[in-house]
Amino acid sequence: MPTTLSRRASALLPFALLALAGLVLTFAIQERYHHRILTLTLVWATMGLSWNIISGYAGQISFGHQAFFGIGAYVTILLIVHLGLTPWIGMLVGAAAAVLAAVLIGFPTFRLAGIYFALATLAYPLILRIFMDFLGYQEVAIPMIRERAWVYMQFLDPRAYNLLVLAAFLAVFWLSHAIERSRLGYWLRALKENEPAAEAMGVDTFRCKMAAYMLSAAPPAIIGAIYAHAVLFVVTPDAVFGLLVIVQTLVVCLVGGAGSKWGPLLGAAIMVPLSETLDMTLGDRFPGIQGIVYGAALVLVMLFAPEGLYWRFRGLLVGRRSAPAAALQPIASPQPDAAAPRAVATDGTPILEAHGVSKAFLGLRAVEDVSFVVRQGEILGIIGPNGAGKTTLFNVLNGFLLPESGEVRHRGQPITGLRPNRICRRGIGRTFQVVRAFPHLTVLENVMVGAFVRDAAEPDARARASAALARIGLETRADLLPTGLTTLDLRLMELARCMATAPELVLLDEPLAGLGRDGIEVMMALIRRLRAEGVTVAIIEHTMHALVRLADRLVVLDHGRLIAEGPPAQVTRDPAVIEAYLGKRWLRHAEGLRA
Amino acid sequence: MTFADLVQYVATGLLVGGVYALMSIGLALIFGVMRVVNFAQGDFMMLGMYLTYFFAIGYQVDPLLGALITIPPFFALGLLVHRVLLVRVTGGGDPQREMDAQLILTLGLSLIITNATTMILSPMPRGIRTAYATQAFAAGPILVNQARAYAFLMALLLAAAVYVFLTRTDLGKALRAAADDPEAAGYQGINVRAMHGIAFGVGIGLVAAAGGLLATYHPIEPTVAVNFIVLMFVAVVLGGLGSIPGAFVGGLLIGLVQSLTLLVLPFQLQNVGVFIAFLLVLYLRPQGLFGQRMRSV
Repeated sequence: MPTTLSRRASALLPFALLALAGLVLTFAIQERYHHRILTLTLVWATMGLSWNIISGYAGQISFGHQAFFGIGAYVTILLIVHLGLTPWIGMLVGAAAAVLAAVLIGFPTFRLAGIYFALATLAYPLILRIFMDFLGYQEVAIPMIRERAWVYMQFLDPRAYNLLVLAAFLAVFWLSHAIERSRLGYWLRALKENEPAAEAMGVDTFRCKMAAYMLSAAPPAIIGAIYAHAVLFVVTPDAVFGLLVIVQTLVVCLVGGAGSKWGPLLGAAIMVPLSETLDMTLGDRFPGIQGIVYGAALVLVMLFAPEGLYWRFRGLLVGRRSAPAAALQPIASPQPDAAAPRAVATDGTPILEAHGVSKAFLGLRAVEDVSFVVRQGEILGIIGPNGAGKTTLFNVLNGFLLPESGEVRHRGQPITGLRPNRICRRGIGRTFQVVRAFPHLTVLENVMVGAFVRDAAEPDARARASAALARIGLETRADLLPTGLTTLDLRLMELARCMATAPELVLLDEPLAGLGRDGIEVMMALIRRLRAEGVTVAIIEHTMHALVRLADRLVVLDHGRLIAEGPPAQVTRDPAVIEAYLGKRWLRHAEGLRA
Repeated sequence: MTFADLVQYVATGLLVGGVYALMSIGLALIFGVMRVVNFAQGDFMMLGMYLTYFFAIGYQVDPLLGALITIPPFFALGLLVHRVLLVRVTGGGDPQREMDAQLILTLGLSLIITNATTMILSPMPRGIRTAYATQAFAAGPILVNQARAYAFLMALLLAAAVYVFLTRTDLGKALRAAADDPEAAGYQGINVRAMHGIAFGVGIGLVAAAGGLLATYHPIEPTVAVNFIVLMFVAVVLGGLGSIPGAFVGGLLIGLVQSLTLLVLPFQLQNVGVFIAFLLVLYLRPQGLFGQRMRSV
């Protein structure tokens, strides 16, 4: 296909240009010192790219990434010293050890969120460092080998190291490119923006983080081994596990811009030559000048361009994609399918059953002993005054919360205790009371996050997401960022994202909230059409009049308890329901009116 | 190992822990009120050590008193750093991103302070000579270094003063209000930004004083911060991020763990016990011993 070919070509072009630039520099440079700067620039660019996988794409800030760098260096060197193993194989063993370490660290540490994760990662390299000191590896020199030195990665020509590091850099650059285009890349960006929303859209956030962490652990080990041969010659705990390693990594990535494969390269190209030159010229008179430069770079970048230079320049060139809402045509009502008669598809098969579900927060009983059934093809309304426990009930149904007692069954099988992504994959989608968009992804990309649950390949997911947008009538917004959209557009986007996961049942949490009269009509027509297309709907509202028109059956919650259930006409006359909504005084009034 | 040995280790641990507790309170106050994880806290401690040193060398001020005098200038420095740097990365959108930005900003600040100090004052370690640094109180077979004992008492006094300040004064109550609910505090007429500045100033002042106390028995050098910032993080997470009594207890516990680790592990592995305790607490009780669990969804 010509389009895929041109996509391939457009991906290969920057890669080829980078390789060419690296080769030209390697052979154009004459001075040994400049070769050293080129090597260091590529070393830190590669470290930055690796860190970027877990901390840039996935947003999990790791302050312990030098652990993998040091593991690579130490494993490789110790294998040479003790077993005489060539570093070409030793560094692969080092990379395997780093990936293993990532698994061992990741399993407990990814239970922690945000700042706790960052602080925990601080501890690992410190522990490794102390152990290296303890084991007597304060200084491990690489043994000099004169015969067949290339077997031991020992070259007299500095260009050999340039080429070696260039190869490693290009490999990790290519890996980053592949991640950016892949399902994993989209999911990492989604979980960085909004982890619960990603989880509810079928993203196994734990496994994604783990995969990213493992991918980001191997390259530092390789580059650590090469760095030991090209620069260090004598490996010390401080040189490979020390603070300066993570600082240089952070600096190149944050100055250049995290979250893009170009950022670390840009940051390294600026910062490494700058600090090396300063160190060379002023280092004798001012020891520590490098640290000051790096510190100042971090402070300045956080103050003036926290997103990094790449994103700053790109923003200037491309302009913001969140067009002003005023410029957009309002969404036209999709044609309600008048031919679809009400409740035609209801065959009574239970899709979802709640049995005696209870959930309390610190003694407050949010949901208490609630049982009900959602039947195939129906629109079930769940109503109740504010604080009745409706959203808590949804959070139990889709797996965000574990009930204290009771059971949820999907098509007869218990799903209580399953993670939200599993429940989504079983065909139960949901939307949120307050729309949870992924703000730095376009509308189409937001929907693709859901589509990837069904299609692993990026073009297929894109097609599925486009179709979902078209089905909802939002295709004109596809390339915009969510920030400039109206509430109706956002709610439609979230519905499209949910539909892209191909659910048989959708849980809609107040989809009408915040919408104008027209918006409500659009949304209600859409919900009817979804049902006509065979999707079962459970919908929360606290305004009764909308649901009375929409739902086949109503379930009424009050103070966490189910107080009524039945067709709208019956439920709205139920004294318990009137009391819950209007109070006892109104109940007497209503009875008086009827009498 | 005799029972007396155990008592000796516990006593040593607690004495060192008292100073850790004081420095950790500073960090916890800053986190509790501002939600800022201050990476540069250890560097302000290091600067406090140097100021106390210069008071002692230049004006023959006893370091125990010198530690107290460091508080006002470091309070002012804290206000300045807040005003010039931290304000600019506070109060914009996503709290997670903001926290990352603050952490990285203070990491940069820490690098600048460490390296500038190395450049200006040389990396050479220094020490303050006092009569009591080499003396010990003896209680039966238990020996207690006098410098550590005095430093411990001063740390306790300062921690008590902080407690009184936070619970008994209007300003202290306003600080706590700003910590609990910045928005509601704002509606009550509390200037939340000013409270952040004060919290940062007090936090820096306390850690500088702790540095001054530490200087009575610990060598003073520009890179001393790295070891202590990690201990402070551990103490603060142990006690529950942002909890001040928690940080105090956390600091004491770190001293104890460090000291007791020596009973089972060789000297070089002293801090391994601390890190393992840290990781265990993070995994088993990430809200810390005194903190409240944050809602996840």
